Amino acid sequence: MKSRKPSIPYLIWMVIFTLIPLVTIVYYAFTDKSGHFSFEPFKNAFFYSDIFARSLWIAFVSCLICILLAYPMAYIISRCKEKTQSMLIMLITIPMWMNFLLRIYAWVILLQNNGPIDTALSLLGINVDLMNSEGAVILGMVYEFLPFMILPIYTVMSKIDNRLIEAAQDLGSNGFHIFRKVVLPLSIPGIISGVTMVFVPSASTFLVAQYLGGTDNIMIGDIIDKIFWTDQNTGSAISLMLMAAILVFLIVMNLFGDEEAIS
Amino acid sequence: MKKKNIVSKIYTALLLLFLYLPIGVLIFYSFNDGKTTVWKGFTLKWYAELLNDSAIMGSLYNTLIIAFLASVAATVLGTAAAIGISNFKGAKRAIIQNASNIPIINPEIVTGVSLMLMFTLLGVAFSFEMGFWTVLLAHISFCTPYVILSVMPRIRQMDKNVYEAALDLGCNQWQAFTKVVIHEIMPGIFSGFLLSFTYSLDDFVITYFTRGSKFQTLPIQIYTMTHKRISPKINALSALLFVTIMVIMIAINVRNRKAAKTKA
Repeated sequence: MKSRKPSIPYLIWMVIFTLIPLVTIVYYAFTDKSGHFSFEPFKNAFFYSDIFARSLWIAFVSCLICILLAYPMAYIISRCKEKTQSMLIMLITIPMWMNFLLRIYAWVILLQNNGPIDTALSLLGINVDLMNSEGAVILGMVYEFLPFMILPIYTVMSKIDNRLIEAAQDLGSNGFHIFRKVVLPLSIPGIISGVTMVFVPSASTFLVAQYLGGTDNIMIGDIIDKIFWTDQNTGSAISLMLMAAILVFLIVMNLFGDEEAIS
Repeated sequence: MKKKNIVSKIYTALLLLFLYLPIGVLIFYSFNDGKTTVWKGFTLKWYAELLNDSAIMGSLYNTLIIAFLASVAATVLGTAAAIGISNFKGAKRAIIQNASNIPIINPEIVTGVSLMLMFTLLGVAFSFEMGFWTVLLAHISFCTPYVILSVMPRIRQMDKNVYEAALDLGCNQWQAFTKVVIHEIMPGIFSGFLLSFTYSLDDFVITYFTRGSKFQTLPIQIYTMTHKRISPKINALSALLFVTIMVIMIAINVRNRKAAKTKA
């Protein structure tokens, strides 16, 4: 029980299947096709910087919309009776277990030309292409990741001691004031973990944009997918940049979280 | 106060509608006789076709086998690792834990391509092709960190004296371990296993990059079917998956509620 030995098989496993693959990526990102040291892959990678920026932008907007939708929902659930709470949480988790491609495909069916929404709109005399836009991609992302925002915020809110709110009421606070001074500050950690759970996968996802955004709205994940089958050096460089961006984001979020905890 | 209540109810209803309407539409069209979104009459033929599709059934079988083997392996590997790692102190421990969390933090696509790169190189060196085994290895790799994360807190909470007591009472080390330690950390092991199993079942991205050209799992099959958009069989599949998930979730919820009642 005091021995470190049981961890040895996993440590070896981790080196082989986590660390070595990452080293391989780094190696490929800094070599050209003939295996010589080169910055060529990164030069090629910068060709996609617009798409990189768009991915981060789409992830940012999706995250923001998720917060706006999830926050009231989490608040409402946390104020319900306990039985209702667990039922609502179950209802919100169920769609998460559906395969993500099926969930995106559902929106393809809904939004496609001559699909149900398109038909309904054209009866009203509105003819727009609902698919193949940045909006459609963001909608898909929000649909995909909304539960991941609701759950952590709810978890934090359900732990807020009711007596704190009562104390605030006793001390003369009204509804909005209580919210701003008590509920909101205490729920910040939930928002932060929600943001990390939504931002990271949406910035790096692939196929969502291909399904809903058409060719003009592809994201960095789609580029990695496309390019990796032909040019692994450039693909590695882009992957490395994505990893670095995510890491920086996580560190910033962490600092944010710590500061909130201190103040 | 009343007015506020109605607003919350409407908001909840709208949000649930947003979550469930797309799935509902998907299921609705699984009963459509036509291939497009134009209603041509009720049919069950897509379900019949689905169940007779040997490729899909084969990939379902593969998915279950991979999920089972990967989660069992990850549970054993991860539980042992958690026990070992808990005996490291300070910086060493922090380094190991951070390294272990890499597959969780890293974007899935990066994990996928990095494994693909390594398997391709090894494949050239030892002349093998990616397929069942590479997918299994990849799944074990991304599941194990979740097992460690769920077992670790249990080990920390465990009273170390219980193990000593078992030894004093005449257990040998192995008995003390299996009878006392495993028993104490069992809930963590179990939830780690369940997490691994569901993540493995649902994984698309990492399987996509490590499966080679022939090996099929259900998520890969779903990808092919949604990409080509040829047959409403995919809708029938969605409906069946959705019903399965519903039943499991409700069963878990009912069980939890009963457990809570007997405790109270």
